[in-house]
Amino acid sequence: MTGHDVVFLLLGAIAVGAGVLCVTTKQIVHAALWLVVSFGGLAGGYLVLTAEFVAWVQVLIYVGAVVVLLLFGIMLTRAPIGRDPALDSGNRWVALGVALATAALLVTVVIMGFGHAYKEIEPGGGSADTLGAAVFRTWVLPFEVLSVLLLAALVGAIVLSRSDIGEKDD
Amino acid sequence: MPDLLEIVLKLALVAAVFAVLPLLVGQAEHKVMAHMQGRLGPMYAGGFHGWAQLVADGVKFAQKEDVVPAAADRRIFKLAPGVALVPYLLVLLVIPVGPDGMVVLDLGLGLFFALAVMGIGVIGAIMAGWASANKYSLLGGMRVAAQLLSYELPMVFAAASVAMAAGTLSLSGIVEEWRWYWLPWQAVGLVVFFVAGLAELRRPPFDMPIADSEIILGPYTEYGGLRFALFLLAEYAGIVVLAALTAVLYLGGWKGPFLDAELGWLWLLLKVFALAFIVIWLRVSFPRMREDQLQRLAWAWLVPLALAQLALTGVMRVVSA
Repeated sequence: MTGHDVVFLLLGAIAVGAGVLCVTTKQIVHAALWLVVSFGGLAGGYLVLTAEFVAWVQVLIYVGAVVVLLLFGIMLTRAPIGRDPALDSGNRWVALGVALATAALLVTVVIMGFGHAYKEIEPGGGSADTLGAAVFRTWVLPFEVLSVLLLAALVGAIVLSRSDIGEKDD
Repeated sequence: MPDLLEIVLKLALVAAVFAVLPLLVGQAEHKVMAHMQGRLGPMYAGGFHGWAQLVADGVKFAQKEDVVPAAADRRIFKLAPGVALVPYLLVLLVIPVGPDGMVVLDLGLGLFFALAVMGIGVIGAIMAGWASANKYSLLGGMRVAAQLLSYELPMVFAAASVAMAAGTLSLSGIVEEWRWYWLPWQAVGLVVFFVAGLAELRRPPFDMPIADSEIILGPYTEYGGLRFALFLLAEYAGIVVLAALTAVLYLGGWKGPFLDAELGWLWLLLKVFALAFIVIWLRVSFPRMREDQLQRLAWAWLVPLALAQLALTGVMRVVSA
């Protein structure tokens, strides 16, 4: 175990632990804040693997925008201080089963597929230059296809939010 | 180990800057606002033109009782000022003050780091707004969130335009590439970045979330003593960070008319204070914007302007290449 491995494992433990607390806490705003910790641990993991660009995008988009949007949504609807027993769903054991099964499947696939494929970590391997070259040279077609998907989602959002188009209710 | 010594020295310098510059900006705000309004401002503390007013304020804040409302969420309530303050300290680490590695942390993605970390500071204000168990605070927290969501986009677009012009995301690299003709070329981006930054800091005229005359300081209503002082410090540290980032991105950072290498830090400091003066000036001259006006400014003006600036930068880059 090198220093890298230890730090990576610790960050992984933080991300998973915060994730568990996020779904088990009885306070909905605490859940959103644990999500921040979990995303932070994940970003740290990316950093250890020298994927700097992905790490900072993770912080900028997920912590800076998605969680703020979540908090805004929670505060706009209901955000009681203190424990809320209604947060426990009757489906939670089923959900736990699904989550464990998904995790087992993913871990098995990754270990069977890449269990012995070790790759040296090089500084700068995940910098903006390398990532930009890869996305806009090698993978430019999937990238553009994804942008069409996003465009479709945007158009859908506009259609859903506009009440003055489409069929009348009467 | 000279390397370790250098790092410790740099960190100590950043800590000193973080402790002193916000106080200087705060004192400047007292005096500048006063003179613009035909008053004198603080005149007694410390003797000479009230220079020690903020030190005295700090001592006063430290003596106050640490009050947490009974209905508040204690842990989050106490954590919030720290979450609001620390990100600005982290951003200072990547601000270059001179050529050839005169920066604490020379990140290849310095620009991204700065923008990402600045966004975290806002979560502190949202946490404070929710955890105070006060309707005014909750309203303020929601306005903070709405404001961040609208103004983050034009800010990132404007910053991306500079990164495109320089061909790098490193803050040191951007200053190296900076030329005088960037001033007219990136002028729109400069205005968009600065205005969006002001809105993210919730400075007047974008202080709807803390509007003292209607929601009584919003997220900070229930705070007193040292924790309130930390929020105030975060606001002034935010002004320093925004001014430093604007200077580095759009005004050439440590570049000056002469002696760049020796006096780089002084040029940057001058630019930071000039921008901080403008921040204060705007506070004195403009009335607070209403919530709908705030949103309209962001989506109907800043986002299109930032996109136009991005297009202009792209076209110029392709034409000149």
